[in-house]
Amino acid sequence: MQQQVPILKIDDFWIASVQGSLHDQDVIEFKQALLSKITQPKSNGLIIDLTVLDVVDSFVTKTLIDIRGLAKLMGVPVVIAGMSPAVAITLVEMGLSLEGIDTALNLQKGLDKLRNPGKER
Amino acid sequence: MLERRSSIENELDIIAARRCAKEVAKELGFSTVDQVRIATAISELARNIVLYAKEGSIVVRALCEGEREGLEILVADKGPGIPNIELAMTDGYSTAGGLGAGLPGARRLMDTFRIDSQLGQGTTIVARKWKA
Ligand SMILES: Nc1ncnc2c1ncn2[C@@H]1O[C@H](COP(=O)(O)OP(=O)(O)OP(=O)(O)O)[C@@H](O)[C@H]1O
Ligand SMILES: [Mg+2]
Repeated sequence: MQQQVPILKIDDFWIASVQGSLHDQDVIEFKQALLSKITQPKSNGLIIDLTVLDVVDSFVTKTLIDIRGLAKLMGVPVVIAGMSPAVAITLVEMGLSLEGIDTALNLQKGLDKLRNPGKER
Repeated sequence: MLERRSSIENELDIIAARRCAKEVAKELGFSTVDQVRIATAISELARNIVLYAKEGSIVVRALCEGEREGLEILVADKGPGIPNIELAMTDGYSTAGGLGAGLPGARRLMDTFRIDSQLGQGTTIVARKWKA
Protein backbone atom coordinates (compact mmCIF):
# COMPACT_ATOMS: atom_id res chain seq x y z
CA MET A 1 0.00 0.00 0.00
CA GLN A 2 1.25 3.45 -0.90
CA GLN A 3 2.05 5.34 2.27
CA GLN A 4 1.22 9.05 2.31
CA VAL A 5 3.43 9.54 5.31
CA PRO A 6 6.65 7.54 5.31
CA ILE A 7 7.70 6.44 8.78
CA LEU A 8 11.42 5.91 9.27
CA LYS A 9 13.46 4.77 12.21
CA ILE A 10 16.68 6.52 13.24
CA ASP A 11 18.35 4.93 16.26
CA ASP A 12 15.33 4.12 18.42
CA PHE A 13 13.30 7.08 17.26
CA TRP A 14 10.38 6.95 14.86
CA ILE A 15 10.21 9.79 12.36
CA ALA A 16 7.07 10.50 10.38
CA SER A 17 7.32 13.18 7.71
CA VAL A 18 4.10 14.39 6.23
CA GLN A 19 4.67 14.80 2.48
CA GLY A 20 1.69 16.82 1.32
CA SER A 21 -1.94 17.68 2.01
CA LEU A 22 -3.62 14.81 3.78
CA HIS A 23 -7.24 13.97 3.23
CA ASP A 24 -9.18 12.43 6.07
CA GLN A 25 -8.58 8.80 5.09
CA ASP A 26 -4.82 9.47 4.87
CA VAL A 27 -4.92 10.94 8.38
CA ILE A 28 -6.69 7.85 9.73
CA GLU A 29 -4.21 5.51 8.02
CA PHE A 30 -1.30 7.61 9.25
CA LYS A 31 -2.56 7.32 12.81
CA GLN A 32 -2.98 3.53 12.57
CA ALA A 33 0.50 3.14 11.11
CA LEU A 34 2.07 5.29 13.82
CA LEU A 35 0.26 3.51 16.61
CA SER A 36 1.54 0.15 15.39
CA LYS A 37 5.10 1.53 15.29
CA ILE A 38 5.24 3.07 18.74
CA THR A 39 3.92 -0.06 20.40
CA GLN A 40 6.95 -1.97 19.10
CA PRO A 41 9.87 -2.52 21.45
CA LYS A 42 12.76 -0.07 21.25
CA SER A 43 10.56 2.91 20.60
CA ASN A 44 12.15 5.75 22.50
CA GLY A 45 10.54 8.67 20.80
CA LEU A 46 8.40 9.89 17.95
CA ILE A 47 8.80 12.95 15.77
CA ILE A 48 5.98 14.05 13.52
CA ASP A 49 7.25 16.51 10.94
CA LEU A 50 4.47 18.84 9.80
CA THR A 51 6.67 21.28 7.86
CA VAL A 52 4.70 20.96 4.62
CA LEU A 53 1.24 21.23 6.16
CA ASP A 54 -0.25 24.66 5.56
CA VAL A 55 -3.51 23.82 7.31
CA VAL A 56 -3.94 21.94 10.58
CA ASP A 57 -7.62 21.79 11.49
CA SER A 58 -9.52 20.25 14.39
CA PHE A 59 -9.60 16.83 12.73
CA VAL A 60 -5.81 16.66 12.38
CA THR A 61 -5.42 18.08 15.89
CA LYS A 62 -7.67 15.38 17.30
CA THR A 63 -5.51 12.77 15.58
CA LEU A 64 -2.35 14.26 17.09
CA ILE A 65 -3.99 14.24 20.52
CA ASP A 66 -5.02 10.58 20.07
CA ILE A 67 -1.47 9.64 19.07
CA ARG A 68 -0.09 11.49 22.08
CA GLY A 69 -2.50 9.60 24.34
CA LEU A 70 -1.24 6.19 23.33
CA ALA A 71 2.38 7.33 23.17
CA LYS A 72 2.07 8.59 26.72
CA LEU A 73 0.75 5.23 27.88
CA MET A 74 3.69 3.57 26.19
CA GLY A 75 6.12 6.06 27.71
CA VAL A 76 7.12 7.34 24.28
CA PRO A 77 7.79 11.09 24.07
CA VAL A 78 6.29 12.86 21.06
CA VAL A 79 7.72 15.91 19.33
CA ILE A 80 5.92 17.86 16.63
CA ALA A 81 8.47 19.41 14.31
CA GLY A 82 8.20 22.16 11.74
CA MET A 83 4.80 23.60 12.51
CA SER A 84 4.67 27.00 10.82
CA PRO A 85 4.05 30.07 13.00
CA ALA A 86 0.86 30.84 11.04
CA VAL A 87 -0.49 27.35 11.77
CA ALA A 88 0.44 27.63 15.45
CA ILE A 89 -1.28 31.02 15.76
CA THR A 90 -4.39 29.67 14.05
CA LEU A 91 -4.58 26.66 16.39
CA VAL A 92 -4.32 28.87 19.46
CA GLU A 93 -7.04 31.18 18.16
CA MET A 94 -9.31 28.21 17.54
CA GLY A 95 -8.87 27.23 21.15
CA LEU A 96 -7.02 24.05 20.25
CA SER A 97 -4.07 23.16 22.39
CA LEU A 98 -1.46 20.51 21.84
CA GLU A 99 -0.88 20.28 25.56
CA GLY A 100 1.68 17.70 26.50
CA ILE A 101 3.18 17.58 23.04
CA ASP A 102 6.63 19.03 22.69
CA THR A 103 7.39 21.11 19.62
CA ALA A 104 10.60 21.80 17.73
CA LEU A 105 11.48 24.18 14.94
CA ASN A 106 12.59 21.40 12.62
CA LEU A 107 13.42 17.71 12.39
CA GLN A 108 17.02 18.16 13.56
CA LYS A 109 15.99 20.15 16.62
CA GLY A 110 13.32 17.54 17.31
CA LEU A 111 15.93 14.77 17.27
CA ASP A 112 18.18 16.83 19.56
CA LYS A 113 15.29 17.18 21.97
CA LEU A 114 14.64 13.45 22.07
CA ARG A 115 18.35 12.68 22.50
CA ASN A 116 18.82 15.19 25.31
CA PRO A 117 15.52 15.38 27.11
CA GLY A 118 15.24 18.30 29.49
CA LYS A 119 18.32 20.02 28.11
CA GLU A 120 16.63 23.09 26.66
CA ARG A 121 13.29 24.73 27.51
CA MET B 1 -14.76 39.99 -9.82
CA LEU B 2 -12.94 37.39 -7.80
CA GLU B 3 -15.30 34.57 -6.95
CA ARG B 4 -14.80 30.82 -6.71
CA ARG B 5 -17.33 28.12 -6.01
CA SER B 6 -16.59 24.62 -4.75
CA SER B 7 -19.04 21.74 -4.60
CA ILE B 8 -18.44 19.76 -1.45
CA GLU B 9 -19.21 16.07 -1.46
CA ASN B 10 -16.14 14.27 -0.20
CA GLU B 11 -12.81 14.55 1.55
CA LEU B 12 -10.97 15.57 -1.61
CA ASP B 13 -13.35 18.50 -2.06
CA ILE B 14 -12.34 19.73 1.39
CA ILE B 15 -8.72 20.00 0.29
CA ALA B 16 -9.68 21.62 -3.03
CA ALA B 17 -11.93 24.20 -1.32
CA ARG B 18 -9.31 25.28 1.16
CA ARG B 19 -6.60 25.50 -1.48
CA CYS B 20 -8.92 27.59 -3.60
CA ALA B 21 -9.76 29.89 -0.68
CA LYS B 22 -6.10 30.32 0.12
CA GLU B 23 -5.39 31.33 -3.47
CA VAL B 24 -8.15 33.92 -3.43
CA ALA B 25 -6.96 35.27 -0.07
CA LYS B 26 -3.43 35.50 -1.40
CA GLU B 27 -4.55 37.27 -4.56
CA LEU B 28 -6.47 39.79 -2.45
CA GLY B 29 -3.28 40.52 -0.54
CA PHE B 30 -4.15 38.92 2.80
CA SER B 31 -1.20 38.20 5.10
CA THR B 32 0.16 34.67 5.39
CA VAL B 33 -1.45 34.22 8.79
CA ASP B 34 -4.81 35.42 7.45
CA GLN B 35 -4.52 33.03 4.50
CA VAL B 36 -4.06 30.17 6.96
CA ARG B 37 -6.93 31.42 9.16
CA ILE B 38 -9.26 31.55 6.16
CA ALA B 39 -8.15 28.17 4.79
CA THR B 40 -8.58 26.57 8.21
CA ALA B 41 -12.08 28.01 8.65
CA ILE B 42 -12.98 26.64 5.21
CA SER B 43 -11.57 23.25 6.17
CA GLU B 44 -13.83 23.11 9.24
CA LEU B 45 -16.97 24.24 7.41
CA ALA B 46 -16.34 21.94 4.45
CA ARG B 47 -15.76 18.95 6.70
CA ASN B 48 -19.01 19.68 8.53
CA ILE B 49 -20.83 19.54 5.18
CA VAL B 50 -19.29 16.16 4.34
CA LEU B 51 -19.93 14.76 7.82
CA TYR B 52 -23.40 16.09 8.57
CA ALA B 53 -25.05 17.17 5.32
CA LYS B 54 -23.34 14.88 2.75
CA GLU B 55 -23.23 17.63 0.13
CA GLY B 56 -23.25 21.36 -0.24
CA SER B 57 -21.26 24.23 -1.63
CA ILE B 58 -18.80 26.89 -0.62
CA VAL B 59 -18.37 30.20 -2.42
CA VAL B 60 -15.43 32.48 -1.68
CA ARG B 61 -15.53 36.01 -3.03
CA ALA B 62 -13.89 39.37 -2.82
CA LEU B 63 -15.54 42.24 -0.96
CA CYS B 64 -14.99 45.93 -1.56
CA GLU B 65 -16.72 48.30 0.79
CA GLY B 66 -15.58 51.89 0.83
CA GLU B 67 -11.92 51.79 1.73
CA ARG B 68 -12.09 48.25 3.02
CA GLU B 69 -11.28 45.10 1.16
CA GLY B 70 -12.14 41.68 2.37
CA LEU B 71 -13.25 38.18 1.62
CA GLU B 72 -16.59 36.51 2.14
CA ILE B 73 -17.30 32.82 2.59
CA LEU B 74 -20.79 31.52 1.76
CA VAL B 75 -21.51 27.98 2.89
CA ALA B 76 -24.76 26.24 2.05
CA ASP B 77 -26.11 22.73 2.45
CA LYS B 78 -29.50 21.05 2.34
CA GLY B 79 -28.69 18.70 5.18
CA PRO B 80 -30.62 17.95 8.37
CA GLY B 81 -30.03 21.39 9.90
CA ILE B 82 -28.81 22.16 13.41
CA PRO B 83 -31.39 21.79 16.20
CA ASN B 84 -29.65 24.11 18.66
CA ILE B 85 -27.26 26.59 17.09
CA GLU B 86 -26.08 28.04 20.38
CA LEU B 87 -25.09 24.58 21.57
CA ALA B 88 -23.40 23.76 18.25
CA MET B 89 -21.38 26.98 18.54
CA THR B 90 -20.13 25.99 22.00
CA ASP B 91 -16.51 24.89 22.39
CA GLY B 92 -16.30 21.17 22.89
CA TYR B 93 -19.83 20.33 21.72
CA SER B 94 -19.84 17.53 19.16
CA THR B 95 -22.43 14.95 18.15
CA ALA B 96 -19.77 13.00 16.28
CA GLY B 97 -16.99 12.42 18.79
CA GLY B 98 -14.98 15.33 17.40
CA LEU B 99 -13.27 18.04 19.40
CA GLY B 100 -16.27 20.31 18.86
CA ALA B 101 -13.91 23.04 17.74
CA GLY B 102 -15.01 23.48 14.14
CA LEU B 103 -17.84 26.03 14.34
CA PRO B 104 -16.61 28.06 17.34
CA GLY B 105 -13.06 27.96 15.95
CA ALA B 106 -14.12 29.12 12.49
CA ARG B 107 -16.09 31.94 14.08
CA ARG B 108 -13.02 33.16 15.96
CA LEU B 109 -10.82 32.95 12.87
CA MET B 110 -13.16 35.21 10.89
CA ASP B 111 -14.24 38.80 11.65
CA THR B 112 -17.97 38.18 11.25
CA PHE B 113 -19.85 34.90 11.26
CA ARG B 114 -23.56 34.35 10.74
CA ILE B 115 -25.18 30.96 10.81
CA ASP B 116 -28.78 30.11 9.91
CA SER B 117 -30.25 26.67 10.05
CA GLN B 118 -33.68 25.16 9.50
CA LEU B 119 -34.40 21.64 10.65
CA GLY B 120 -34.90 19.39 7.66
CA GLN B 121 -33.94 22.16 5.24
CA GLY B 122 -30.28 22.84 5.74
CA THR B 123 -27.71 25.26 7.01
CA THR B 124 -26.16 28.43 5.62
CA ILE B 125 -23.17 30.31 6.95
CA VAL B 126 -21.86 33.70 5.87
CA ALA B 127 -18.47 34.70 7.25
CA ARG B 128 -16.26 37.65 6.44
CA LYS B 129 -12.67 38.60 6.94
CA TRP B 130 -11.39 42.14 6.37
CA LYS B 131 -7.87 42.97 5.35
CA ALA B 132 -5.88 44.38 8.23
N1 LIG C 1 -23.63 21.70 8.27
C1 LIG C 1 -24.13 21.08 9.36
N2 LIG C 1 -25.33 20.42 9.30
C2 LIG C 1 -25.86 19.80 10.38
N3 LIG C 1 -25.26 19.77 11.59
C3 LIG C 1 -24.06 20.41 11.73
C4 LIG C 1 -23.44 21.09 10.63
N4 LIG C 1 -22.28 21.62 11.08
C5 LIG C 1 -22.18 21.31 12.37
N5 LIG C 1 -23.26 20.57 12.79
C6 LIG C 1 -23.51 20.08 14.16
O1 LIG C 1 -22.85 20.95 15.07
C7 LIG C 1 -21.93 20.19 15.90
C8 LIG C 1 -20.70 21.04 16.19
O2 LIG C 1 -19.94 21.25 15.00
P1 LIG C 1 -18.37 21.52 15.11
O3 LIG C 1 -17.82 21.62 13.74
O4 LIG C 1 -18.17 22.69 16.02
O5 LIG C 1 -17.80 20.24 15.87
P2 LIG C 1 -17.60 18.76 15.31
O6 LIG C 1 -17.74 18.73 13.83
O7 LIG C 1 -18.50 17.84 16.05
O8 LIG C 1 -16.08 18.44 15.73
P3 LIG C 1 -14.75 19.06 15.04
O9 LIG C 1 -15.20 20.07 14.04
O10 LIG C 1 -13.99 19.70 16.17
O11 LIG C 1 -14.03 17.92 14.43
C9 LIG C 1 -21.63 18.94 15.12
O12 LIG C 1 -21.25 17.88 15.96
C10 LIG C 1 -22.97 18.68 14.42
O13 LIG C 1 -23.88 18.03 15.29
MG1 LIG D 1 -16.73 20.10 12.63
